[in-house]
Amino acid sequence: MPYDLIVIGGGPAGYVGAIRAAQLGKKVACVEMDRAGGTCLNWGCIPTKALLKNAGHYRFLRDQAAAFGFSFDNLSYDWSKVIKRSRKVSDRLASGVEFLFKKNKIDYIRGKGTLLGGGKVGVEGNDGADAVHEASAILVATGCTARELPFLPFDGTKVISSREAMVLEKQPSSMVVIGAGAIGAEFADFYHTFGTQVTVIEMLDRLLPVEDTEISQALATSFQKRGMQLLTGHQTTAADVSGDSVKLTVEPAAGGPPQTVEADVCLVAVGVQPILPGGSENLALTDRGYLQIDARYQTSLPGVYAAGDIIGPPWLAHVASFEAIHCIDGLYVEGHTPKKIEFFPGCTYCHPEVASVGLTEQACKEQGLDYTVGKFPFQASGRALAAGEPEGFVKLIYGKEFGQLLGAHIIGGEATELIAEMGLAITMEATHEELENTIHAHPTLSEAIHEASTAAFGEAIHL
Amino acid sequence: MPYVQMPKLSDTMTEGTLVKWLKQEGDKVEISEVLAEVETDKATMEMEAFDEGTLKIYTPQGGTVPVGTAIAFIAGDGEEAPAAPEASPPQPAPTAATPSPEPAPQESPFTPAEPAAATTPPPLPAAPTPSVPTSSGGPLRASPVALKLAAAQGVDLSAIAGSGPGGRIVKNDVLAYLAGGAAPAPVAAPAQAPATQATPAPAPVQPAPRTIPAPRQPASSGDQRIPLTGMRATVAERLLASKTQIPHFYLHLEIDAAPLMTLRKQLNTPAEADETGNTNKYTVNDFVLKAAVAAAVAVPEANASFEGDAIVRYASVNLSVAIALEEGLVTPVIRDAQNLNLLQISQQVKDLAAKARNKRLSPDTFSGGTLTTSNLGAYGIESFDAIINPPQAAILSIGAIVKKPVLSADGNVVPGLRMDIGMSCDHRVIDGAIGARYLSELKKILEAPAMMLV
Repeated sequence: MPYDLIVIGGGPAGYVGAIRAAQLGKKVACVEMDRAGGTCLNWGCIPTKALLKNAGHYRFLRDQAAAFGFSFDNLSYDWSKVIKRSRKVSDRLASGVEFLFKKNKIDYIRGKGTLLGGGKVGVEGNDGADAVHEASAILVATGCTARELPFLPFDGTKVISSREAMVLEKQPSSMVVIGAGAIGAEFADFYHTFGTQVTVIEMLDRLLPVEDTEISQALATSFQKRGMQLLTGHQTTAADVSGDSVKLTVEPAAGGPPQTVEADVCLVAVGVQPILPGGSENLALTDRGYLQIDARYQTSLPGVYAAGDIIGPPWLAHVASFEAIHCIDGLYVEGHTPKKIEFFPGCTYCHPEVASVGLTEQACKEQGLDYTVGKFPFQASGRALAAGEPEGFVKLIYGKEFGQLLGAHIIGGEATELIAEMGLAITMEATHEELENTIHAHPTLSEAIHEASTAAFGEAIHL
Repeated sequence: MPYVQMPKLSDTMTEGTLVKWLKQEGDKVEISEVLAEVETDKATMEMEAFDEGTLKIYTPQGGTVPVGTAIAFIAGDGEEAPAAPEASPPQPAPTAATPSPEPAPQESPFTPAEPAAATTPPPLPAAPTPSVPTSSGGPLRASPVALKLAAAQGVDLSAIAGSGPGGRIVKNDVLAYLAGGAAPAPVAAPAQAPATQATPAPAPVQPAPRTIPAPRQPASSGDQRIPLTGMRATVAERLLASKTQIPHFYLHLEIDAAPLMTLRKQLNTPAEADETGNTNKYTVNDFVLKAAVAAAVAVPEANASFEGDAIVRYASVNLSVAIALEEGLVTPVIRDAQNLNLLQISQQVKDLAAKARNKRLSPDTFSGGTLTTSNLGAYGIESFDAIINPPQAAILSIGAIVKKPVLSADGNVVPGLRMDIGMSCDHRVIDGAIGARYLSELKKILEAPAMMLV
């Protein structure tokens, strides 16, 4: 019996779309060539958060424990257990997704899916058996993979992507990270915390170039204070991997004499590229090679839909799931008009954490908006001081005319948790009055949001 | 107000076509459930229920009726729907700018004079006013920003249908309302479809084909007769009026496109995917649009309208961009384009084109344009003249970039890249010298295109 829907790819777009369709009473199959959960659960968001938790504990024990009154000798760690714990978390969640497939009566097909046209999907089974399945609709959610630099191809040991970086058997004594986006910043922080000598190279003039400039600057100050070497505004132009190490030629992007950066391992984190499934030669692509979709997430081939990283940036799990739900509801819920993403939070889980939603101050300037900024440092937050995390600040940007919250930018402890309130405020089109009339519990870090909000209009109490 | 009327969904809309009933006669419907899809002259939109009850349909699927016509009835508990709509004056739709307190008690030519059924219809207010959510009708759902914007602009939120979850009114709804309400449209169009006037049968209103006066030729077999869609009829009406009422004159200027092509190549080659996904491929048209805006800032006399007793010179350049669709032509507007950089213009055009193709442009996207560009370069057209998009005073016609022999500074024949740009002007507003100044400014900008990046 043909399926109502076959989903190719079991990541945050694919598995969420499959479950949503099953909830709507559809007969669904999900084809996945690696593991359910996709990059996010297996090779991205989740395992790296496990690693960074290790780093956080280690940093506390090494740098702060004495101040908190703990003393011990010979602080040490077992690298293999650090890695193993991260893998275990992934395994557990991946099997959780498999359980959800079962619970929702979704056929989970292990193999590589190919579009054969006419509603048919060929599957090259992981068990060696090939099969052809048929469905009235197909959702392509095959995602992306790390992009390599032409002169510096991945070799899995010395030149690696994030995927290898989270399972290195031996901790390298030095590492160079190319690209200071979220992935680059997180791994730089993780390895540096465990004592690897880290150099970060970023072509643009700052860390986390998508974030507000002030946030990037604060993060750079923090990283540098801890001894990381940052080469922002630098371009890697050549590489020599013939010896035991990686030697990179690095030039200032603005022109100037080149220098050589040498390290045991080079992590290339310069972005991702789409994984087009077989048979997508007939599909229209965007100018950057992603699947082109219409307002209802349909590709140029009727009946074939796409969601998640495969339709282009931002490459975020929560965006992928949102897109999949809207695609599926558009297909099966009568009268549903699918939405495209508008505002979405962006989070980087390095230390200090960075999170944001809405417009940066630069964007407000470029758009010619009349805005006002309110900032509050965690240094002045009772809870942050009590927790020993006085680093960072909250920066809120409001439109002057109606006090509409336009953007929120947080750097500091728990920033990635604090941003949720800001996302809701922006989605609800809240103004500073709603934020200020909301009582924020004392003592919490969230008070900093309240204070930043009052500061925007010159009424902060604790500044 | 249990009658469901053809809503006024844009300020040029005089009638709408019921593309599809999503609810059937006899269905129970709830407030804000989508009842039907309605095609206006610009887009296909969903129509929601403002009442709950049992649906009675008067206008069949495919029918075209004027704004304000009763197309259905939603009968509450114990209420019975009249078999045919009662004689009722055409109503200002909920989005009309100013609902008059006392609508003229004229009878609609589109609705039968007598209710057909013998049953007494439930007592109806003779002149129902647009549904107003009052204190008894539950809280008004609107975002904080929408509330403040409405208060600042003196807008009555109860006249606005919200697009947010559950009909919540958001900022954009108020902005769309303001854009639409800026030019108050006649509340009810005069009888436009004489055919329906002559059919007083107490039956549901039959679809009335919209007609534009035109000579007819006897049809031979195999000829196709394609009834006008709302969009085609609008194009026909507006362009006929423009070409016959506006004294057009035409200018052309050849532009050296070589520097532009070089710059575009440079901008498009690095295409390094950064994490913002901000890599944009620029089209030639993006540059022309940016230059057209800059030239309009430099020569504000060209960014104007004729208004009968005055010439209005606009403070903002709102650029209408002609986009060809299978079923017609739309000219969505890039608002305040003088504040946008090249990237923003490029992205907005891509966004508008995609939305236009999916028929998802909201009506407010079409209003308020002050200058139009039309580009047929992609089809290889080297030079053409366009018809002005009223009430604007000028339209640019952009041709293809052509490789041709040109004379170099030292008198040699060398290969060059040239592009023709035409300008059609309303002579009541723009004199020849002004048009010429505008075009030469445009040429200057396009031939030194790097200045557009700073």
